[in-house]
Amino acid sequence: MTPRATFASLCCLLALLSVASLLVGAQGIAPTDLLFDPQARHLFLAGRLPRTLAVILTGASLAVAGLIMQILARNRFVEPATAGTAQSAALGIVVLTLAAPGLPMIAQMAGATLAALTGTAVFLVMVSRLPVQQPMLVPLTGLVYGGVIGAAVTFLAYENDLLQFVDTWINGEFSAIVRGRYEMLWIAGLAAALAYLAADQLTIVGLGRDAAVNLGLGYRQVMALGLLAVSVVTAITVVTVGMIPFVGLVVPNIVSRLQGDNLRQALPRVALAGAVLVLGCDLLGRLLRYPHEIPVGTVLGVIGAGVFLWLLNVRPRHAG
Amino acid sequence: MISVQNLSYVTAGKRILDDLSLDIAPGQVTALIGPNGAGKSTLLALMARLLRPDNGRITLDGLDVHRTATADIAKRLAILRQEQAPLGRLTVRDLVAFGRFPHHRGRPTAEDHLKIDTALDQLALSDLAGRFVDTLSGGQKQRVLIAMVLCQNTDVVLLDEPLNNLDPAQVRVVMDAVDHMARDLGKTVIVVLHDLNHAARHATRVIALKHGRLFAEGPAGSVLAETPLSQLYETAFDVLTHNARPMVVAR
Repeated sequence: MTPRATFASLCCLLALLSVASLLVGAQGIAPTDLLFDPQARHLFLAGRLPRTLAVILTGASLAVAGLIMQILARNRFVEPATAGTAQSAALGIVVLTLAAPGLPMIAQMAGATLAALTGTAVFLVMVSRLPVQQPMLVPLTGLVYGGVIGAAVTFLAYENDLLQFVDTWINGEFSAIVRGRYEMLWIAGLAAALAYLAADQLTIVGLGRDAAVNLGLGYRQVMALGLLAVSVVTAITVVTVGMIPFVGLVVPNIVSRLQGDNLRQALPRVALAGAVLVLGCDLLGRLLRYPHEIPVGTVLGVIGAGVFLWLLNVRPRHAG
Repeated sequence: MISVQNLSYVTAGKRILDDLSLDIAPGQVTALIGPNGAGKSTLLALMARLLRPDNGRITLDGLDVHRTATADIAKRLAILRQEQAPLGRLTVRDLVAFGRFPHHRGRPTAEDHLKIDTALDQLALSDLAGRFVDTLSGGQKQRVLIAMVLCQNTDVVLLDEPLNNLDPAQVRVVMDAVDHMARDLGKTVIVVLHDLNHAARHATRVIALKHGRLFAEGPAGSVLAETPLSQLYETAFDVLTHNARPMVVAR
């Protein structure tokens, strides 16, 4: 498929899924109701629309964050949810909740971002010392590292009766999203969009430090910028909707196989495909046990794990 | 012109370069030779500011390469390293095009595209332009990287063992490009070579390093002679003459 055709089909798919997402719910809303029924209109504007926007923003920005994370770690098999970024964000909120209860959302967000930044920086330093010939050590290190931080979060929460809260950060879902509870996600979306301005720089950094220095790039500055974008996106999504696994992992890998790693082309497609994937999974979760819901994190856990295993086994072909 | 002054570099307690001073003649091909571990690659990496010296300095047209803005150096000096990190899935054309990045910083002009096409053509890559580099053979990849350096269009070009793992036909394409850069474009090319006959054939001057110090320096004919080479590598050589150039044969 040509890059343009991919882009067009992703746009159509996203539009279709968005319409479906706006219409599906415990209470049916027909398009005509919006014109004549004020209650339906309220339900639409305060519930359906925010939820759909939240899903799109989350999917797009998480997929972009995954792609940037893979460039920073120079490894295709990491993403913020499996390499300690999301767990560090959760740890940040728990510590902040214990140390200074009742802080406004924005302060929580800042604390989570700072914790995510620190946690990810530590991870990157750890993996930079691993042998290059063993690429699988990087995701394994991430899993162990994320697991240890996650355990610390659970322990702190258990000791302080916060497990219920922690659950909302660990298991991503959109059922609680209403107007006034998702707007922070626009910042995550903005951070992902700003990454596009540095598309060339990020692509070059993906070629390695030597190549970046040779082309006159401030390698550290670009790395720091990428780190910031990943941390902001992850922290905001963890606080507002909770951890959503696999989006940042499978979407960039699939796009890379189809269209390559030139981020000028790849970034918009990664964002679109991320939105499509999460929206599709959210819809699936809403429909499978209608009118009950399965959290999107669970749906993605099943689907994402399947796709990931497939990705591991089907390597792109190399010519001799 | 590149000038190296009192350069020292130590890593892991080992002195790789030891108070090295030398000047590189502009507009010519200079071959850098010497036994393994002599410090050739380190010298190139220091010149390209990929490493920082422990002592001494390197100037390029009077600018200290470690103190001048890296974006400015990128317009004057390009390096091709010996071990290249995996290149990812970029098309040949996209990768070569990044060689222009120091000049356009993300906004390529018609002139940039012209330079890209010329570089692809020079390295016989036009037919491969749309291929992903991760599907290419080693020799093709090396040509892509040389094209990228050519595209960067810098006065100084540093090539660290560009002939590694290439078959004779690929060697010819790469060395033709090296000759072209110096002869037709007036660039200063410094190339690390292990095959002394490539040095004899393509280099105007030869610099020999041993144990991180300057061992010999001069016109190709004077360095590529039996006595200096035998002392440099501590093994015996015969030097014959072939097409008015020295030809080195291990004895």
